[in-house]
Amino acid sequence: MSDHAANGHSDSFEVRILRQDAPGESSYWERHRVEHEPDMNVISVLQRVAAQAQSADGRAVAPVAWDCNCLEEVCGACTMVINGQARQACTALVDKLLDEQPAEIELQPMQKFPVLRDLVVDRTRLFSALKRVKGWVPVDGSYDLGPGPRQSRTEQEVAYPLSQCMSCGCCLDACPQYTKIELTPGVDESAEDFAARQDQAHDSSFLGAHAISQTVLFNAHPTGKVNAGERLDVLMDEGGLQICGNAQNCVAVCPKEIPLTTSIARAGRATTFRLLERWFEK
Amino acid sequence: MANQRVLVIGGGLAGLAAAMKLAELGTPVDLMSLTPVKRSHSVCAQGGINSCNDQTRQLGDSEWKHLDDTVYGGDFLQHQPPVKEMAYAAPKIIDLMDRLGVTFNRTQEGFLDHRRFGGTLYKRTAFAGATTGQQLLYALDEQVRRYEADGLINKYEFWDFLSPIRDDAGVCRGAVAQNLMTMEIRSFAADVVIVASGGPGLVYGRSTMSMVCTGSAVSRCFQNGAKYGNGEFIQVHPTAIPGADKLRLMSESARGEGGRVWVPRKPNDSREPQDIPTAERYYFLEERYPEYGNLVPRDIATREIFDICVNDGLSVEADRQCVYLDLTHIPRAELDRKLGGILEIYEKFQGVDPRDFPMKIFPAVHYSMGGLWVDYQKSADGGLEAGSPLNQSTGIPGLYAIGECDYQYHGGNRLGANSLLSCIFSGLFVAPCVQSAMEAQQGSAADQPASLYENAVQDKQTEHDALLNQAAGGENPYLLHQELGALMTRAATVVRHNDQLTEAYEKLGELAERSRNCSLSDSGAWTNQNVVFTKALKDMFPVAKSIVRGALQRDECRGAHYKPEFAFSGLESEEPAERHRQAEAWCDRFEKNTQKWLKSSVASWDGDNPQIAYEEVDTSLIPPRPRLYGLVGGEVIEQVWAERMARRHGESGNGAPQESNQAAPSTT
Repeated sequence: MSDHAANGHSDSFEVRILRQDAPGESSYWERHRVEHEPDMNVISVLQRVAAQAQSADGRAVAPVAWDCNCLEEVCGACTMVINGQARQACTALVDKLLDEQPAEIELQPMQKFPVLRDLVVDRTRLFSALKRVKGWVPVDGSYDLGPGPRQSRTEQEVAYPLSQCMSCGCCLDACPQYTKIELTPGVDESAEDFAARQDQAHDSSFLGAHAISQTVLFNAHPTGKVNAGERLDVLMDEGGLQICGNAQNCVAVCPKEIPLTTSIARAGRATTFRLLERWFEK
Repeated sequence: MANQRVLVIGGGLAGLAAAMKLAELGTPVDLMSLTPVKRSHSVCAQGGINSCNDQTRQLGDSEWKHLDDTVYGGDFLQHQPPVKEMAYAAPKIIDLMDRLGVTFNRTQEGFLDHRRFGGTLYKRTAFAGATTGQQLLYALDEQVRRYEADGLINKYEFWDFLSPIRDDAGVCRGAVAQNLMTMEIRSFAADVVIVASGGPGLVYGRSTMSMVCTGSAVSRCFQNGAKYGNGEFIQVHPTAIPGADKLRLMSESARGEGGRVWVPRKPNDSREPQDIPTAERYYFLEERYPEYGNLVPRDIATREIFDICVNDGLSVEADRQCVYLDLTHIPRAELDRKLGGILEIYEKFQGVDPRDFPMKIFPAVHYSMGGLWVDYQKSADGGLEAGSPLNQSTGIPGLYAIGECDYQYHGGNRLGANSLLSCIFSGLFVAPCVQSAMEAQQGSAADQPASLYENAVQDKQTEHDALLNQAAGGENPYLLHQELGALMTRAATVVRHNDQLTEAYEKLGELAERSRNCSLSDSGAWTNQNVVFTKALKDMFPVAKSIVRGALQRDECRGAHYKPEFAFSGLESEEPAERHRQAEAWCDRFEKNTQKWLKSSVASWDGDNPQIAYEEVDTSLIPPRPRLYGLVGGEVIEQVWAERMARRHGESGNGAPQESNQAAPSTT
C-alpha cells in the first residue's frame, strides 16, 4: 500500500482535464481515474492517461495531448494550469497536490496562449518578444577573438538568475495585463500571410515580464549594452513597460524565482533616463 | 553558391552552433526541431565544459593532456585526430561562449572559475552554476535568433524529421518531415542535411534524457543507408535520482565540488546518515581509488556503485538500490553559488534538502558514445583538415552528423564535461566543411526534378495513413515501449552477459514484430501525439538491435562495455617476482586483446537486422596503454608496460604519451 493510501486516500484518484480537439474549437471537461503509485508527478499521470486511453466512466477516448521535454524543470515545455496555478507538470508532485486538494487534480491549458490541442498551447508570441527586445549579445562573430570582457563575481551573480529564464510563460499567464491573442487564418489567407499578420499582432502587444527582464540582462552585459538604447526604446514603445500594472503576480509564480519585479523597476529607471537622453538629443 | 541551403535537424548545442556558423558564413539555414530549440535536451547538461586553461597550463596541463585524458578515459576506442582537433579548439570555444554572454562563474578577480571533473587531475571545467548546458544553449539560441531576425535562419519548430531524401545516385537532397501540430507532411529541399538530433535515451524507457531523445532521426538515417558506429557503448551515469517518469541527473559536479559517495559499512544500517560516525562509513570510491577518489571515470564509478548495492548488499535502503552522495560538509553559501540548480532539482523532486541530508542516488542511462558513423580527414599535424568535406560526413553525400548523435569523440566512455565541448566543436567545425561540400556538389537541390520530392512525401503520407487506419485491438505503443525499456535496461547497461544479450536480441525481434501491429487510440488530425510516438517507437528497434548485437559480439571489457566473463582482474600474488611474472602475463593478455578488439563496430541496416563490420582505430598520436585506474597491482603493470614499450621502441619512456612538439606547453 502506498504512503498516500496509508494517509487515508484511496488507491486511485481522479484527474479532471480541460480538453479541446483543435484550435478554435470549444473546450470540454473530461474525468480520468489513475492508479496511485509512489513518487508520481503530473507527467506520470498524463503518461498513464495516454496509455489507458479511457475516461473515468469507461469510454474509449483519445489520449490527452500535452507538451513536455526535460522533466526536470529546466526546459519550460510542460507548463500548464494545475489546480488553478500555472506551473510545470514535472515538478507538480501528486501526493502534494492531493494533500492540498484531496478530491481531484485539475489540469487546464495555459490561459494566455491559443490552445492547439488539449494542454498544448502556442507560445510563439513569447519567443517573438525576445526578438523584439534584441535579446542577444551583438558580437562581431564567432571567430577566435580572445576572451570576453572580464566581469566581477557580483556582476555574474546578478546576471545568472536572470539568464535562467526558461521561457515557460508562467509570468505571462499570471499577469492581468497580458491578454490572449488568438487569430484565425482567413479563408484565402496563405500560411505566410497569416504568420505575418500574427507577428504584427504580437509585435504591438504587451511584452511581458520575461522579456523586460531579458532587456535588463543584456543591457547590463559589457558588450550587450551597445544596444541598450534600442532595447529601452522598445520598452517605451507600444506594448512596452507602461502596460505593466505592477500586480506583482509574475514574481510570485516564477518557478525559477527570478527577481522579475526588480528587473521591471530597473527597466523603469533606465527608461526614465532614456527619455531624458532622447529629449536632450533633440 | 547561389540559392544553396542547408537543413539542420535538431536545435541543441550542436545544431545551433552549426546554424550560427553557417549563417555567419552567409549560407541560409532551415533549422528543424521537435521542440522549440530553446527547450532542447542540452539544457539538462549541468556540470560544465572542459578545456585546458590559463590556470591548469601553469600546473603542467596542455591541450595534448586533454587529448590524452579523453582517449585514455575512452579506452582508446576513438580516432585520435578528431579528438586532438577538439582539445586544441577547446580554449577558443570557451572564449567564444564567454563573449556570447554565458554567465560563467567567476573568481574573485573576475576570471572564469573552474572545477574538477572525472577522469582528470586538472581543474579544467568552466561552469555556470549547475546549469551550464542551459546557459551555453541559451547563448547560441540568442545568436540564432539574431540571424533569424536577419532572415538567414528559418526555424521549423514542432517538426518531426521522417526521412532523408536521396536521389538516384544516392546523394542526399533534402528531407521529408511532418508538422506535429497540423500533421502536414512536406519535403524540404536542401543541398546538405546535418543531423544533430542527440542521443537515443528512450530506447531504455527511462533515462536521464529528455522526452524528445527517441533516437528516431538517427534511426531513420540508419535505415536509409547511413552506418551506426559503436552502438554498444552506452554511458550509465553513476549518480541520478530515481523517478517514476524519468531518472534525473545529479551532476558529476557535485563530486567535483567535493561531494563524497558512501554507504554504511554495516548492511541494512537503520540509523539516519548523520548519526553514522565516520569510521562506520564506507567511502568506497576513495578507498578503492586513492588517486582519483570520487572522480574516477563514469564507467568505473557506475560499476562500483552497482557492485556495492547488488553484490555487497550495502544499499542504503532495503527495498531499493541507492548510495549516499554527501555534500553536507560543504558550506551552504558555496553550495548555493556553485551547485544551486541541481540542489533545487533534488529538493523539488525528493522533498529533502541536500545541504542538510545526503542525497540518495543510483546509476542511470545517460549518454550514447555510439551514433552515426562519420568520416574525417586527417591533417599533417595529426588533427583534422579544416574545411574538408569529409569531416562529419556520414558517407552519404550531402548527409552529415554532429553532436551526441555522431560516434566520433568519446570512444568507449565519455569524460564528464566533454560532451558540451564535442557538441559545440562539431557544430562550429562542420560549417566550412559543409560549404566545401556544396561547392563541389554536382547540381543543386533546386535543380532536382519535383517528382523526387513528391514521391518521398507520398511514401511517408501512405505510411502515416496506414498507421492511422490500423485495425483496433492491436498493440498499445506505450505499453510496448515500457517492455522495450525494461528489456534494454536489464540486458544492455552496466553488466552484460552473453546469454542475456542473446535472449534480449531475440526478444527485440519479437517486440519489433509486434510494433508493426500497433493500434492507435487517437485518430485525430491535429497534434496527434499517439501516431508520432508510434512512429518513433518503431524506429527504436534498429538502434536497440545495434546496441544489443554490438554488445553481444564484443567479447571483452572496454570503457562502458563490461562483461565480467572477459574482465582482467588485478594481480593476486604479494611475492615480488611472482607479481612481476603476473604483470607480464597481464600485459601479454592486454596486447592480445588490443590486437583483437581495439576496433569500432560499424553497423549497416539490412532491412531487418544490423550487420556489423569492424573498423581499425587511428591511434597514431597516443599509443594504447592499459587503463589502470585503481587496479590491484596497477603500478607493477604500469612498470612492466613501460619497460616493454621502451624495449620495443628502443627509447626511454614510460609508455605515457609524449608531448608532441606543437603542443609544448609554455609555463613561463
